[in-house]
Amino acid sequence: MDYFLDDDQKMIVELARKFAHEKIKPVREHYDETEEFPWPIMEELAKLDLCGIFVPQEYGGLGKTIFETVLLVEELSKVDGGIALTLAATGLGTFPIMLYGTEEQKKKYLPDIAKGKKQVSFAITEANSGSDVASMQTIAKKEGDYYILNGTKCFITSAGDSEIYTVVAMTDKTRGSRGASIFILEKGMEGFTFGKKEKKMGIRASSTRELVFNNCKVPRENLLGKEGQGFIIAMKTLDISRPGVASQALGIAAGALEDAVEYSRQRKQFGNPISSLQAIQHILADMATQVEAARALVYATAKMVAADMKTRHTRECAMSKLFASDVAMKVTVDAVQVYGGYGYMREYPMEKRMRDAKITQIYEGTNQVLRNEIAAALIKENLQKSSS
Amino acid sequence: MNIIVCIKQVPATTNVQIDDKTCTLKREGVESIINPFDEYAVEEGVRLKEKLGGKVTVISMGPPQAESALRETLSRGADEAVLVTDRAFAGADTLATSYTLAMAIRTVGQFDLIICGKQASDGDTAQVGPGIAEALDIAHVSYVRKIEQTTNKLDNPADNCMRVERMMEDGYDIVEVPLPALITVVKDINTPRLPSLKGMMAAKKAQIPHWNAEKINADKSRIGLSGSPTWVKKIFYPPPRKGGDMLSGEPQELAKKLVDKLRELKVI
Amino acid sequence: MPNKIEIIKGKCTGCGLCIKSCPFGAIMLVDRDEPLGKIKKIAVIDVLKCNFCGACVEACKKYGAIIIEKEQVEDTLKKIYADYKGVWVYAEQRNNEISPVVYELLNEGGVLAEKLKVELSAVFIGHNIEQSAQELIYHGANKVYVIDDILFKDFQDDPYSEILARLVKEEKPEIVLFGASNIGRSFASRVAAKIKAGLTADCTGLDICPDTKNLLQTRPAFGGNIMATILTPQHRPQMSTVRHKVFKKAQRDTSRKGEIVRKKFDLTGIKNRTKFIEFVRDTSARVNLAEADIIVSGGRGLGKPEGFKLIEEFAGVIGGAVGASRAAVDSGWIPYSHQVGQTGRTVAPKIYIACGISGQIQHLVGMVSSDIIVAINRDKEAPMMKIASFALEGDLYEVIPCIINELKSA
Repeated sequence: MDYFLDDDQKMIVELARKFAHEKIKPVREHYDETEEFPWPIMEELAKLDLCGIFVPQEYGGLGKTIFETVLLVEELSKVDGGIALTLAATGLGTFPIMLYGTEEQKKKYLPDIAKGKKQVSFAITEANSGSDVASMQTIAKKEGDYYILNGTKCFITSAGDSEIYTVVAMTDKTRGSRGASIFILEKGMEGFTFGKKEKKMGIRASSTRELVFNNCKVPRENLLGKEGQGFIIAMKTLDISRPGVASQALGIAAGALEDAVEYSRQRKQFGNPISSLQAIQHILADMATQVEAARALVYATAKMVAADMKTRHTRECAMSKLFASDVAMKVTVDAVQVYGGYGYMREYPMEKRMRDAKITQIYEGTNQVLRNEIAAALIKENLQKSSS
Repeated sequence: MNIIVCIKQVPATTNVQIDDKTCTLKREGVESIINPFDEYAVEEGVRLKEKLGGKVTVISMGPPQAESALRETLSRGADEAVLVTDRAFAGADTLATSYTLAMAIRTVGQFDLIICGKQASDGDTAQVGPGIAEALDIAHVSYVRKIEQTTNKLDNPADNCMRVERMMEDGYDIVEVPLPALITVVKDINTPRLPSLKGMMAAKKAQIPHWNAEKINADKSRIGLSGSPTWVKKIFYPPPRKGGDMLSGEPQELAKKLVDKLRELKVI
Repeated sequence: MPNKIEIIKGKCTGCGLCIKSCPFGAIMLVDRDEPLGKIKKIAVIDVLKCNFCGACVEACKKYGAIIIEKEQVEDTLKKIYADYKGVWVYAEQRNNEISPVVYELLNEGGVLAEKLKVELSAVFIGHNIEQSAQELIYHGANKVYVIDDILFKDFQDDPYSEILARLVKEEKPEIVLFGASNIGRSFASRVAAKIKAGLTADCTGLDICPDTKNLLQTRPAFGGNIMATILTPQHRPQMSTVRHKVFKKAQRDTSRKGEIVRKKFDLTGIKNRTKFIEFVRDTSARVNLAEADIIVSGGRGLGKPEGFKLIEEFAGVIGGAVGASRAAVDSGWIPYSHQVGQTGRTVAPKIYIACGISGQIQHLVGMVSSDIIVAINRDKEAPMMKIASFALEGDLYEVIPCIINELKSA
């Protein structure tokens, strides 16, 4: 389908595609096997100006919107959803600074992020606080010019490899979610350490660790926005970044589809390519239709967010992540089926995609929580209609 | 260091077809790219510039659509590009092409180094680089696989010199060449970078001048067909190679069959 | 008077035969302004593309609809060219070792000389090389021009090209052949540009046109997908670089007699801008790929860098050189100097053994003219298996050790 991309958008897609095929494809198995952090890839991405396309131009970025970011993440995810995630995770961690940072904070952090010199992690999840933010146990206590952080964050993407962290902590436990605040932390701050690296099912090129705060001293000027704004900032950030996760899922699905079509034309059984079998054709047709539907929804949402960053687009963002991730799971399972026995083997790239796809249904709001949000929005809308 | 890189736009595939009617190559619908060997030349030029300062000017002779290849070199770090284009250049062989590019380089003016790819993937001649050097009366080294060192003395340009490794069939020669000079480079010399996004955006907007025969002061008798001693009499497909015996079986059997056959043929 | 070519409107039948004959694509059919009876089309010639070669006139013999008037220079040219006589072979040497391709050129040059009924000469440039000149005579040269000076101790483009250009101007050969080696392709280009002669690269076929006595040079282009026959009709000498291993070596015959001509030139002021420092031999290359009779090549199918240990062992036992596909080189398993194919070397050994190489077109063009191709691959559908003289379907890690045993056992 033609989405009428402008010249810059076409360039981003073309460059990302080239990069993914020339630089990521040859090493994706390596990073999947070793679970190393893909530093060489990130350095190359930085050289191509692809790291900070969403950072405003005055801070050295390209000033592109979430829509261009979606195009980029999709293209990279077609080849490797894990490596693409590192880039998307930096976006997630950077948005709070872009949205609520003071001029000093932006000047301090954004240029290095734009240049790709530093990665960023966003930290909200805790062992006992996933979707339920109000139950968060990391505490930030004000002491003079500092906040003293105590607690542990878990499953934090790029943790340990990032230099910059945007961390949600409770400044006033009594006020529930209104007592949360966000701080900018830097690797190496006193009392800030990392837990062990998690071993994951998929997206293994991306690193995941715990953040451990043990009387961690954070200067007062590192508070983002005001005290108590943490929950709002986090929710807004997740709204904006959800199309990013959706595009990761979309890319994984689209890559699986591309490879499955190619494979079905090469693989011969009974003297003919399996693409000549209707059983295979129908699987491919369903895969393609679902991928295109996901793409249409993700692009439309991303364009909506890009056009209006002030309003929250909770429902649409939730829908696109929910739909694209379910499509990714379904399509990768089908792609493995098209590959048959080879699909199950780690020598081929298909089973990896299936493993990678699973996380997109879980993180940044499980699909079940997203359904709640969508339903809540529907009911709220209807209530407003009937009361007016 | 002022560097000039000469590039050629070539068909993206070497699997080209002959038009049955005209008996010439079908050019329509074939995607065009930068000659892959020239990508190493561009990359080496940009690397030298990044190390030593100066600028990289890329020159190509070809039809107006070759502009897209030049634009790509700008996105990969070249500073300026010139397209040498004129219907009068059509049909040039390597001698006429060398002359034309040399005249264009003279028009650019001062330079320290000219870099070419070892050959173009369509013509496969490897003759234009040395031809340009001769036309400009400068030294050249072909098949360079490494630039060991450059001495770029601004105070005494006469001492400017470069030490390079020239690939030979069984090793390499280390050669010193005074600047200005021309080198042709092989794949071994570097890994070309991808363009940067900012580079692509700037390249899209860049002005690429088109120079015709008059602009470069070319002698009409030395360009295009009239300046080309060699003529293509005909083109044809090489006879396809036929397959032979497909051997299958256990490894020991296979090995025995093969060695027996080779001994039968008295080749081992 | 400049060249003129014309289509006679009343005679052209619009048959299009001339279009097929035109090597330059300069002719096309267009609608006539006024139809001539039933004939609606007429041929037109684009004079910018036309080279006035006369091929169309020949093709239109039946109708005589094309007339060509050439500049009167042709006869003058013929007179000038009459001065150019003899076939030359550039006898490439390094460290007084004559490159094997020279003997192949002497053989083929001899065939051409016989067709033209002229002498075959070799040009031998170097330092302290005279004792080897006799070898060139034993291999068929009627005459050997020896240019011996300390200046030519090591190969350098400047002095070599300048001295050869001077010799050509003085002695006027009609054909000069070089090996298409790195040296040959580099400095022949410079010689051609100096004397403004035509040079055809990397020829795989040479012949003499029986009518015009022009040299017909056939060469691959587009990575071997297309062959082209090239002429140098209006310039002398006609120069070619010739691919290794295409022609058979000349037989050595010590009864052959010939003349050794020691040429002396005033070498003061001869350009010598580059400085040769040293040669570093590639120790990883057991045998020079271009010259090897047997090449054992490894590709992606090896799966790991250690695979080349097996390839090397195989090559050692069978007495061959080690080659590689681009995939193996790009994976960092083996240096680039071993790469065979379009971006690597072109080879034509007696036996080429492709182990775990699927046979991408870019690889095939570099080795397809080998006499015997052996392919070892698990996938019998791989392109390499389809063109192989002997295609062995199997796991190379199982098959190769068996072959090694088999070779050792005899």
